[in-house]
Amino acid sequence: MSLPASSSPAARAALNPGVLPGAGREARKAVLVCAKDLRIEWRNLDNLPAMFFFSLLILVIFNFAFDFASSDFRILAPGVLWVAFTFAGVLSFGHSFDLERDADCIQGLRIAPIDPGSLYLGKMMANGVSMLLVELVVLPLSALLFGADLLPVAAPLGAVVLAHTVGFAAVGTLFGAMTARTRRGDVLLPILLFSVSVPLMISAVKSTSALLSEGTLRGEAATWLTMACIFDVVFVTAAYLTFEYVLEE
Amino acid sequence: MTRPSPARSAARALRLLLPVAVTGLAVGTLYLAFFHAARERVMGDIQRIFYFHAPAGLVCFFAFFVTFLASIAYLATRRPVWDIVGRASTEAGLLLCSIVLLTGPLWARPVWGTYWTWEARLTTTLVLWLIYAAYLMVRRYTDDPDQQARFAAVLGIVGFLDVPIVYWSVRVWRGHHPLVLKVSGGGGLEQSMQHAFLGGVATYVALYACLMMLRVPMGRQEEELRWLRERAAAMRDAGSR
Amino acid sequence: MPDPDPAARPDQLPLVARGLQRRYGPFRALAGVDLHVRRGEFLTVFGPNGAGKTTLLRIVASLIRPTGGTLAVFGVDPRRAPDQVKRRIGLIAHNGYLYGGLSALDNLRFYARLYDVPSAADRADRLLAEVGLADRAGDLVRTYSRGMQQRLSIARALIHDPDLVLLDEPYTGLDQHASRMLRGILEQVSGRGRSVIMVTHHIEEGLGLSSRVAVMTRGRIAWQAEAAGLTRGEMERTYHEVVGAAA
Repeated sequence: MSLPASSSPAARAALNPGVLPGAGREARKAVLVCAKDLRIEWRNLDNLPAMFFFSLLILVIFNFAFDFASSDFRILAPGVLWVAFTFAGVLSFGHSFDLERDADCIQGLRIAPIDPGSLYLGKMMANGVSMLLVELVVLPLSALLFGADLLPVAAPLGAVVLAHTVGFAAVGTLFGAMTARTRRGDVLLPILLFSVSVPLMISAVKSTSALLSEGTLRGEAATWLTMACIFDVVFVTAAYLTFEYVLEE
Repeated sequence: MTRPSPARSAARALRLLLPVAVTGLAVGTLYLAFFHAARERVMGDIQRIFYFHAPAGLVCFFAFFVTFLASIAYLATRRPVWDIVGRASTEAGLLLCSIVLLTGPLWARPVWGTYWTWEARLTTTLVLWLIYAAYLMVRRYTDDPDQQARFAAVLGIVGFLDVPIVYWSVRVWRGHHPLVLKVSGGGGLEQSMQHAFLGGVATYVALYACLMMLRVPMGRQEEELRWLRERAAAMRDAGSR
Repeated sequence: MPDPDPAARPDQLPLVARGLQRRYGPFRALAGVDLHVRRGEFLTVFGPNGAGKTTLLRIVASLIRPTGGTLAVFGVDPRRAPDQVKRRIGLIAHNGYLYGGLSALDNLRFYARLYDVPSAADRADRLLAEVGLADRAGDLVRTYSRGMQQRLSIARALIHDPDLVLLDEPYTGLDQHASRMLRGILEQVSGRGRSVIMVTHHIEEGLGLSSRVAVMTRGRIAWQAEAAGLTRGEMERTYHEVVGAAA
């Protein structure tokens, strides 16, 4: 192995932290971790198919539970959709840390020069993207199944979905990391997630239904969207700051 | 036999005094609630449960605030006492939360004809109950004691940050129906009712203090016992080698 | 044996540990470790299971915090500037820290970028070739044999050209090919002014490459000496004496 004898690149890198300021470098590492998770998913498809399938299954079950044919889709749809999305999310949050358990990869990340917060952001983004991919497919599909027209509200609906997905991913990733190390983690994860994200669930359903019935983001939907953004900021920050304590041994 | 130190005597005195104080305050509040406070115009005597229902909610919130502070203190200092305080406060808070959730239906049924209403404060209390019950569950299911303390601290912080958001979202969801108690014209709480309300608050604060006073030393003893057990096991192993 | 760099200032030593402690409740995994490693040294720490060798390594690698004492890696306290320290340390442990769902090349590229290695992709290619896995570069690590995974994980640990290499029982379960490769790599590494700390309970492996040896037991360094001239027999005798005496 060719190793230079004089001062190593490692030493030089350590002493001169590089051209980019610290924050830029950490942001790049977060994106690196996110890309790594997505690349693993791309090559193995362990997670997304299960998420899609589970979402669709929930839609179907709710149809039998509430008989969509006879009731108005607009009333029930937002609730059903968000239950479907969040339960699919739970699968993703658990899987995200399962894949770090193989060959103890989480230790490999802990000895690497990356902030725990950046690690959190990377995982959170990957979970968020996974949820968004599922939502991107299931939404039009559900519109088709229930004969509704979502196209006129596509853009504002996208904003609502994005804002709330970020929130669920923020909380889900933190709790996913925590419950990866407890007994019955698979049960504790949804318990923690759904208790803490009650406001987000309320907001998701209300803003979606307000949007569907009013056709515009103004009015009620705007209030809820604001709440979701506040939730996102508070919890991404809190999780970013406390993640190192969850990873610690 | 040596005389106990002044600090220990004081602590023992407090341990006897507090339960007495709680009982005294409870009796006092019962009197205030049932005989002193004016009769509410709309709901009648059943309204008097309010003096046991609402103050519990207030003190419960305070208990979870203590958990929040203790959680931060633990992560900053890593001293086990903060972990014990955080856990004790959560348990006390959860008890008070349960009191709110049990007295609510007692009140709701005669007044609104239904045991449960998704009224803002009651719903918020229910969600809080879920969050902090989950806190205790996570503690139970984490084997390593250091990890348990750290996870609990993170939850103590994150859970409390959620409280105002939960409250706001549930209020907006429910369309904000304020509860107004009237005796004779004008809003707000009439003076005799204020007395009863404060009596309730004092009782629950004393109850909280009493519970903490019992639970925190218990927690320290549990910690010490665990320490001694591990030490004994280590010495046994060393001896048998 | 490489001469320690005469210009090395004490605060630039790869490792200075004083009174290092790690407690788990009443149990002291490390009960006060005093150790220093000079530049270019190859230190092997022998000791029975439970002596605290792995704990010591994990503390140096910033995986766990010490509960007492001080530690300076290249003059820096890992708790104060973790990234600075982590960049210069490589760890080879039981687990490979490899993502089974990624290809070998993607694994190395990921770690190279994580460590801010310049020309990450090229370096990954080169290292993959060095460990003889270039022809399987695109295959998922999950499909690799154990020996291949071990070789790849050596490449991963050295991708960022660390100045201090930590080895936790590295020969355990290695096949012949990987064993020889590791020995060859370690010879190169130690011959170029880099420092190595290896912990093992196999006396024969440890002695060959070491410039210094130590014996650890009950959370302390009980004995240390220069390795020059030490025969295997002498080492074994000393080891049993030291470990036996402490029991």
